[in-house]
Amino acid sequence: MAVRRLYPDQPASFSFTAANAAWAQATIAKYPPGKQASAVIPLLWRAQEQHEGWLPEPAMRLVADMLGMAYIRVYEIATFYTMFQLAPVGKKAHVQVCGTTPCMLRGAEALVEVCRKRIHHDPHHLSADGDFSWEEVECLGVCANAPMVQIWKDTYEDLTPALFEKVLDGFASGRPPKPGSQIGRQASCPEGGPTTLKDYAKAGK
Amino acid sequence: MALQDKDRIFKNVYGFQDWGLAGARARGAWDNTKALIDKGHDWIITEVRNSGLRGRGGAGFPTGLKWSFMPKNDPRPSYLVINADESEPGSCKDREIMRHDPHLLIEGALLASFAMRAHACYTYVRGEFIREREQLQAAVDEAYAARLIGKDNIHGWDFDFFIHHGAGAYICGEETALLESLEGRKGQPRLKPPFPANTGLYGAPTTVNNVESIAVVGDILRRGATWFSGIGKPNNTGTKLFQISGHVERPCVVEEEMGIPLRELLERHAGGVRGGWDNLLAVIPGGSSMPLLPAAVCQDLALDFDTLSKLKSGMGTAAVIVMDKSTDVIAAIRRIAYFYKHESCGQCTPCREGCGWMWRVLQRMERGEADKREIDLLFDVTKQVEGHTICALGDAAAWPVQGLIRYFRPEMEARIDRYHAAQKQAAE
Repeated sequence: MAVRRLYPDQPASFSFTAANAAWAQATIAKYPPGKQASAVIPLLWRAQEQHEGWLPEPAMRLVADMLGMAYIRVYEIATFYTMFQLAPVGKKAHVQVCGTTPCMLRGAEALVEVCRKRIHHDPHHLSADGDFSWEEVECLGVCANAPMVQIWKDTYEDLTPALFEKVLDGFASGRPPKPGSQIGRQASCPEGGPTTLKDYAKAGK
Repeated sequence: MALQDKDRIFKNVYGFQDWGLAGARARGAWDNTKALIDKGHDWIITEVRNSGLRGRGGAGFPTGLKWSFMPKNDPRPSYLVINADESEPGSCKDREIMRHDPHLLIEGALLASFAMRAHACYTYVRGEFIREREQLQAAVDEAYAARLIGKDNIHGWDFDFFIHHGAGAYICGEETALLESLEGRKGQPRLKPPFPANTGLYGAPTTVNNVESIAVVGDILRRGATWFSGIGKPNNTGTKLFQISGHVERPCVVEEEMGIPLRELLERHAGGVRGGWDNLLAVIPGGSSMPLLPAAVCQDLALDFDTLSKLKSGMGTAAVIVMDKSTDVIAAIRRIAYFYKHESCGQCTPCREGCGWMWRVLQRMERGEADKREIDLLFDVTKQVEGHTICALGDAAAWPVQGLIRYFRPEMEARIDRYHAAQKQAAE
């Protein structure tokens, strides 16, 4: 359980762009008639993506109206699921550092220190320029490439504090690095090359 | 003898090759799937049952048996739900299947759905796996375009594959919490019975299977139950994606034979324990909820369901988390306790209150700021959480703490002694 509350300073209104509204209708159609509430997480997520990475309260009401749900049912979804950001996040990057034990064993705590020094002492606060924010999150499922962070849709893996600083430099300058391993590994293949399936370790066999 | 490449199912686990339909076909997927379907619903279920496949999501329930619980003449629609909410700390295998071998999953989903007379499958992907979801969706779009799935497809069984996603909640890996979430509610587990096979998604018969369990079905049916059951050990058959993290030289994901000795797994594929085998402190063999095992137990340890459960640990998802002697083992378990505190859905009091309590006490024990009798109290609390909640999250939170006390009590006591000695010295 985590305490999660709505941000005090909310925009007056929210509406989907035409493209997102059409996408929402197609998404609702994936579920049987009468079961449109199933689409609540995908729609809220799309609203968050459209609204600079955080989910405003008017969007929750809009989604509730679209799906025929009581507002409280949508509020409780937004506060239960921790990927919904309830307060503004950094414009250039919201950094999610995985801190759970497999990443911790390989140095995640040092990555958190980088965030504290470079972005803000506390999670969920904007950096002075408003470009960055950070939080420590629970296991992101990239344990064989630990430690790692997720920024927006991508993961940056096999980090050291120095490599992590370079990733942040990339976002600061508007030229994010290539996602995935930052030491050149191919996905979760052992560093230095595969121990199995060597015939398949090249494209197009 | 080590598993040979010809017996590996996930030939593109690292994504060196084309993940798309052409690449998947070249590796053997979608090869005359119609012939498998023509053998009938019951043949598929029997074959999967005979293969000995046990669920790859953690609990290890026999997959074919689970499928046989689905009603055969029910007016309601049946559903297959694929659990891709991979969140158990240490686990990172379903991600590789979805982004590098997605067609194995889609083909397996068609075969499994046909076997259970389902025309629709929902795959619940954890919210954080955004790229994986996009990749899987692209593969699904290819399969629709090639009429491998969809209405009036070439296999003669109407079948829709829908991708759904979460938004950051470990609890949604529990099958009934997943169904709640998929229906548009908070992910809070349901009381059982009724079980999903009777009343699952939208009140209809539903089977929930892990990604890996479904993705191996095509190979099992094509190569035969005896091929799969010939790998591994009796009751622990087949191949398995192992995920090796923590203090090894080269962490990785690798497909190996069930029952492979831990030491062989680490040394063959991961470069061994950092600093050598003698530098091993402990191993968590199956993801964070499984109690750790100290080095003394690891010498000849085989990694399979039955061996590990006899040791009061478990195979789980085969996520092997290695800790060398530099590890503060109390801190490592304290962080796991925090994970469960964070992820408890709050529905059952023993879990909601107990997880936070265990974490706070472990924080003190990490510093040694505790009384030795509190170790017994902590153990007692784990027993009050375990088995007293609707779902297994309470158990999952209790077991790692029990494992710590079972094997590292002297370390916990020594730290308490050191703390009190330092306090006394400071006071003098």
